[in-house]
Amino acid sequence: MSIRTPLARVEGLGTARSGSDHFWHQRISAAALVLLSLWLVFAGLRLVGAPHADVIAFLSAPINAILMLLFILAAVFHMMLGIQVVIEDYVPNDKQKVLCLALNRGFGWAVGVACVFAMLKIAL
Amino acid sequence: MADSPHTAAPRARPLSPHLSIYRWPTTMASSITHRATGVALTVGTLFLAWWLIAAASGPDAYATFNAAAHSVIGLIILFGFVWSLSFHFLNGIRHLAWDLGYGFKVPGANRTSTMIFVLSVLIAIAVFACGLVGAGRL
Repeated sequence: MSIRTPLARVEGLGTARSGSDHFWHQRISAAALVLLSLWLVFAGLRLVGAPHADVIAFLSAPINAILMLLFILAAVFHMMLGIQVVIEDYVPNDKQKVLCLALNRGFGWAVGVACVFAMLKIAL
Repeated sequence: MADSPHTAAPRARPLSPHLSIYRWPTTMASSITHRATGVALTVGTLFLAWWLIAAASGPDAYATFNAAAHSVIGLIILFGFVWSLSFHFLNGIRHLAWDLGYGFKVPGANRTSTMIFVLSVLIAIAVFACGLVGAGRL
């Protein structure tokens, strides 16, 4: 139960019904990914061809585990927002659009949870 | 009466312009490439997930992943991933600059588009070469 009037609640939301949240979240996650993807490339180059034990040792160091988890969360968030725009732009039929948007969210959550679970298993 | 809509043969009417009619400026190419690389990176998260799940599953699963990643198809996919990431990274930074109001002038935007295409390929080659050296393949 909100004490805000109905008008105040919808003001500024526009036809997308979510205001500028999508735009803003896309930019914030992009800025985070500028730094985190540099780290991902560093980690990838550090671990390429390395034996399993070295990979586990690297990824279970707290700083690396935290950065990898941050990368996963920011990347999946950014990716769901980006693919959402592609679907909204190119899928003309409303039923198909809703289905694609749901699949997009489902894919993002599935990949995100799989990566996070694997990281927890490695690092804990 | 010859022009009556009921009897006359259909005339060629003007169509609204579509993609095929436009000259392709580099900004248009970099815009759609940003999307395409974004979609490619989305597919690429499956490989990130495979890598982490394989590492979490143990040495055998990790050896399977490593063998796949070092196969010819694996290397092609990896290079595609690295280039997509470098392009999306550079063009994404340009998008953030645009959001702050910089770099909108047409000659400048065309120049940065070309620069990003060239730089992204060079960075991808450099990173990939470092990876091959690290893996003892070069």
